[in-house]
Amino acid sequence: MSGSKAKAVAIGASAGAVQALLEILPALPEDYPFALLVAVHVPPDRDNALVPLLQSRCSIRIKEAEDKETIRTGTAYLAPSDYHLLVEADRTLALSSDEAVNYSRPSIDVLFESAADAFGADLIGVILTGANEDGAAGLQAISFAGGRVIVEDPEHAYASAMPEAALKACPGAPTMRLEEIAHYLAELAR
Amino acid sequence: MPERLEDLELQLLLEALYQRYHYDFRHYARASIKRRVVQARDQMGFATLSALQDAVLHDPSMLPRLLGYLTVQVSEMFRDPTYFKALREKVLPHLRTYPSLKVWIAGCSHGEEVYSLAILFKEEGLYDRTLFYATDINPDALEAAEAGVYPMDRLRKFTENHQKAGGRSSLSDYYTADYGRAVFDKSLRSRVVFSDHSLVTDAVFAEMQLISCRNVMIYFDRALQDRAIGLFCGSLPRNGFLGLGSKESLRFSKHASAYSEFVRDEKIYRKLAA
Repeated sequence: MSGSKAKAVAIGASAGAVQALLEILPALPEDYPFALLVAVHVPPDRDNALVPLLQSRCSIRIKEAEDKETIRTGTAYLAPSDYHLLVEADRTLALSSDEAVNYSRPSIDVLFESAADAFGADLIGVILTGANEDGAAGLQAISFAGGRVIVEDPEHAYASAMPEAALKACPGAPTMRLEEIAHYLAELAR
Repeated sequence: MPERLEDLELQLLLEALYQRYHYDFRHYARASIKRRVVQARDQMGFATLSALQDAVLHDPSMLPRLLGYLTVQVSEMFRDPTYFKALREKVLPHLRTYPSLKVWIAGCSHGEEVYSLAILFKEEGLYDRTLFYATDINPDALEAAEAGVYPMDRLRKFTENHQKAGGRSSLSDYYTADYGRAVFDKSLRSRVVFSDHSLVTDAVFAEMQLISCRNVMIYFDRALQDRAIGLFCGSLPRNGFLGLGSKESLRFSKHASAYSEFVRDEKIYRKLAA
């Protein structure tokens, strides 16, 4: 199953992102019935290394998001460094080189807000470790649009500022440790 | 018809801008244009997109402000230095064989790429035989491009990029510092024509040996991309060069077969025989 009816999981992370993604994405099976949309803040020179690194450990397909690409299930799309990743209403991907938001490009807010618009209640938003506040407004947008939201437990996160800001914006969001998030997302496939 | 009220308002606003002022954003990629319009609404102090539309229709002085939100791109000089390095090492050796050259920077915004190319062509000894066309739809952006003044705090990045692009000179040779601003030398625009031109509604205007259009078409939908690439087809002679942004490609275009990939990683294409 693929294409426009697919549901999606949007994930945002900053400091400590690579390690966190390595805890979560390998838990998902090859035929995972959701698409994953991932915005992480990584230094521009390292982005090319992230796709092969994650792919070497994951069953789902990992790729850099391309402009106007159709979203497919069982695939994690990473925002390319120095571009925002957005979702269009027809659930295709779009890139932009608009100015940084929250000093970040890609910005998690930009991804989450557009994904909330496109997917509405068919979206799960996940905020992981990070040392800034990007993603909080986006997570709130997902919640307002009827989607589910999850925040990494700040007590156990590598950097707590981003999950804390997300919780401030979405006080009702459940908090989980990385292994619990991995388990929760994997269970959705059953 | 869009389901959500805000999406309907957006569509009506874009239609109004086109009908009233002939600025056509109707086929721009929707998610980005929506983000920008919503930002304009909030920062210009309107409660709804309909209220913004009302103001823009009845008060033409609102138009430049709104256009500022809808069109201006923040770029850098020598953004993606490897692109400029590829132009220097692989494209310019071909251009050198022409007695005179025309280069089109389509969607020049505040001019960062115009000055980058002017410096590159100077360094390679081609500037004096080249005419540059720098076009944009936003008159304020064109004015800024023509002024060539940038905040000093951006120059560090520009300088770093210039060096990575294989710069043969020092960027500081081309500007003077003035109260926290870098003012670029007039000689860099002595052969530049700044002009209002829309890839959406205007036509081909000259034959070009090189067209650089980066991170402009990324904002267009497929149909509009095809229109723009069609204009480039009409402007480029056989063996003319087309450079796109690092995440743009001709792959999905109906004109793809008219080009070969010249420097694949840098999205530099070369037009094949017609």
